[in-house]
Amino acid sequence: MKKILTGTLLLITGLFVFASDLPERPNPPTLVTDYANMFSQAEEKHLESKLVNFFANTSTQIAVVTVEDLQGYDKADYAFRLGEAWGIGDSKFNNGILILLKPKTANSNGEVFIAVGYGLEAVVPDITAKQIVEHEMIPRFKNNDMFGGVDRATSVLIDLTKGEYNHKQYAEKAEESRGFNPFIFFILLFVVFPLLFGRRRRGYYSTGGRSSLPFWLALGLMGGAGRRHTGSFNDFSSGSGSFGGGGSFGSFGGFGGGGFGGGGAGGSW
Amino acid sequence: MKKSTIILIIVALIVLIGAGGIKKSYNNMVTMEEGVAAQWSQVENVYQRRADLIPNLVNTVKGYAEHEHETLEAVINARAKATSVTVDPSNLDAASLQNFQEAQSGLSSALSRLMVVMEQYPNLKANENFMNLQAQLEGTENRITVERMKFNDTARAFNTYIRKFPKNIYASIFDFEKKAYFEAEKGAEKAPEVQF
Repeated sequence: MKKILTGTLLLITGLFVFASDLPERPNPPTLVTDYANMFSQAEEKHLESKLVNFFANTSTQIAVVTVEDLQGYDKADYAFRLGEAWGIGDSKFNNGILILLKPKTANSNGEVFIAVGYGLEAVVPDITAKQIVEHEMIPRFKNNDMFGGVDRATSVLIDLTKGEYNHKQYAEKAEESRGFNPFIFFILLFVVFPLLFGRRRRGYYSTGGRSSLPFWLALGLMGGAGRRHTGSFNDFSSGSGSFGGGGSFGSFGGFGGGGFGGGGAGGSW
Repeated sequence: MKKSTIILIIVALIVLIGAGGIKKSYNNMVTMEEGVAAQWSQVENVYQRRADLIPNLVNTVKGYAEHEHETLEAVINARAKATSVTVDPSNLDAASLQNFQEAQSGLSSALSRLMVVMEQYPNLKANENFMNLQAQLEGTENRITVERMKFNDTARAFNTYIRKFPKNIYASIFDFEKKAYFEAEKGAEKAPEVQF
């Protein structure tokens, strides 16, 4: 009995110790969180805007996190716990990817792990993650080109996951699970669109200019953009920025609670 | 007469309030127990996934390492043993979980012995198929770690719930039992190191 008690106590203490070991979720939310200062400010900014843009277009969240040290945990274990704790990816699609990096120091190897969320395991299988680590990242890391390795890896991941949830599918799925809110539809129909297009109502279906966009398509685009962006209607105004053709989003709405099941691979250098 | 009516009303009220609380607790326990069972099936899935990889792995290795018959045999036997042990998700007690864990860790150690032996066969290590299998095996071990951890978390939440007062009383009335945990064991908690 005493043994069990002590064991339980130890287990609980272990849990608490671990819980405090995990780095805090960045606030305001960022996709690139450089706790170990492996990137310059410009590099960090470049990566961040690349990933935020990708997120805005596909809803896939690719997060890059660097930490000083793994607190004695296996890099895979650490990555999955961190991804799960921060909730990288959408909670319905589990479409998050976490690239975890630990810098090489005088007495320890550099470590990298790409943790792939449940929902992306089919497009980024373990072997692919392994290849990305071995071919894109480690050779560059060995030359001390941290940014180059991560930049290449994220590009490959973007290419791989691009088709996973395209705009249309995502909108459909979101509709299914959330239920279409007719209220939003009516606001769009009677408030927002008259405001946007009211001036040119007469020439509305004529060619030329961006208003040549068919009404229903524009509606779909806007609805999709607003929803995709944060999952709520509040950000409609920033979502509509995509009309102008590629305005960059300042920040993303935060991690969505995605889960990780152990997909991915890593390496050391 | 009047007094007894009042008492009756009070008793009825207490019973009603109590019944409401019991109903809520009972329903929560059912939901949580289902959650534990669902997580258990996830655990079984990942172990099954590992078992499914083995025939392919053994066949690939066979072609390159004829005289490692014993090691291969050990893996096949351990796999047979591991797949024969199943746990009824409605009865996740310590004994059955330990039984399951022992069978699976037998397979883990047989596999890691095989991986050590493979180090001596450079041709095999360069084989595309083998490299693929290795990556999959490594990934499966990661998944096992994750699902086991999640199982322990859900089981812990359930156990904490049913052991608190007054739910411990309802739990014993309705026969909800504490779930067992996966225990960390030597070498099993860490995925076997697969060297490339």
